[in-house]
Amino acid sequence: MKTLILSTAVLALSAGLAMAQTVRMGTEGAYPPYNFINDAGEIDGFERELGDELCARAELTCEWVTNEWDSIIPNLVSGNYDTIIAGMSINDERDEVIDFTQDYIPPATSSYVALSEDADLSGVIAAQTSTLQSQYISESDATLLEYATADEIIVALKNGEADAVFFDTDYLMPIVEESGGELMFLGETVTLGRGTGMGIRESDGELKDKFDAAITSMKDDGTLNTMLIKWFGEGTDTY
Amino acid sequence: MFSFCTDPSVLAAPAWFACYLTTGKLMLFYASFGTVLLLLAITAPVALAFGFAGAAAARSRVTPLSWLGKIYIAMVRGVPDIVFFLFFVIALDQGLEYLRHKVKCPEWDEPIRQGSDFIVCAAAKLPLSTSPQAWHEVYGFSLAVLTFSIVFGAFAANVLFGAMRAVPRAQLETAEAYGMTHRQTFWRILVPQMWVYALPGLSNLWMVLIKATPLLFLLGVEDIVYWARELGGAKTARFTDYPHADWRVWYFLALLIFYLAFTRVSEIVLDRIMARLTHGQATAAGEAQRKAAA
Repeated sequence: MKTLILSTAVLALSAGLAMAQTVRMGTEGAYPPYNFINDAGEIDGFERELGDELCARAELTCEWVTNEWDSIIPNLVSGNYDTIIAGMSINDERDEVIDFTQDYIPPATSSYVALSEDADLSGVIAAQTSTLQSQYISESDATLLEYATADEIIVALKNGEADAVFFDTDYLMPIVEESGGELMFLGETVTLGRGTGMGIRESDGELKDKFDAAITSMKDDGTLNTMLIKWFGEGTDTY
Repeated sequence: MFSFCTDPSVLAAPAWFACYLTTGKLMLFYASFGTVLLLLAITAPVALAFGFAGAAAARSRVTPLSWLGKIYIAMVRGVPDIVFFLFFVIALDQGLEYLRHKVKCPEWDEPIRQGSDFIVCAAAKLPLSTSPQAWHEVYGFSLAVLTFSIVFGAFAANVLFGAMRAVPRAQLETAEAYGMTHRQTFWRILVPQMWVYALPGLSNLWMVLIKATPLLFLLGVEDIVYWARELGGAKTARFTDYPHADWRVWYFLALLIFYLAFTRVSEIVLDRIMARLTHGQATAAGEAQRKAAA
């Protein structure tokens, strides 16, 4: 009897070990509403909710970690975590280094925000370093002013260091709405990139397939759309 | 934390701050001060040990050992801290994983380097990806302690090397005249007397070490500067109960006060140690102390 209990326990334990594949989810934690640190000090936001749901569907145990945006790809590649889920747009330059799942947010629009109607959009434009937006500005006539975080570009605009900022519309929207008329959208919106996806190491094909399948199932049953509307508001693009 | 914190938007300023300053996020900020202090408390003695070993090796009569000590001092002192931090930690981490990989997964036939990816088998990961987040943090912190110790150990080695040479030759000659062996002279005469010459240099290093702790974030350890920047940034009401404008200047002011207070305390303590070490030494300060007492 004793041996039976013991062997059952061992069996249960080893089965548990085999099943519990822990996936470490790397995010930035400074990019609301995509991902941010809430008042309780935990990672929160659209991608937290999405990521937890994807992990549940793919039957993975997930653990969340934060990493600075600048080194988020190198740290994925060297294995400090297994996925990047940080509002990262899929583009060719990144695709050479890492793989992406299918997009879970449709291609995002970017907008200019300025302090006044007559701001010069070909003057000094602030954008976050190594984003699609900073690349877009560097290829335009305007002068690019780069900052490490999205927060700092707004500060630069308010301080008058930049004529306007050019960034993700979903990020700028709540800031403009709450500024009480101080900030305003200006000019045309621009659609950049091929949507937002999860970054996964090129050698991790199996994990990529699992998340792809989970994203597909969330697109099919409409839960992804509900989640997008919850975090980004009624007007956002859905699938 | 407090019962009245359920809706902070209606609170008056003192109550609002009482709630704001006790949120879980701020607690992480306070805890990061502990991280920095713990790092200093571990790094300082370990770096001193590295320095002592380096200095002793550099002045060794065994040529290869002396070269080893001198190469260590010259190399680490010559490389910018930030380069050393970025290179060494990645190299050390991958080196350890490579060794574990060779031992634990001998049947693995795929290449370890695939393009830019560094792939070792799951059992060789450090720490294992299944281990809880706390272990990853401990591992990152240990790497940080080791890196800081090696960098500051090289500087300490140079300081101690100089201090060992500053001990008056007459003292060593006397020891030899008494028939002490080389080893006895080193431990009984040289080492007790060298600290007074080493302390000014070591106290400089301690100050620089305190101020170098923000480099921790390079290693993925969330230190006080990271939290000050994160917490100080402007927050809109949609994602927090405590919206505020850009407060980074206040957070950084708090850090400035912390660092100043900490270095001031250090100075006081170091002055006391200096006074103690000077006691009975054949230096000008030791002589002055003797005259004042007489």
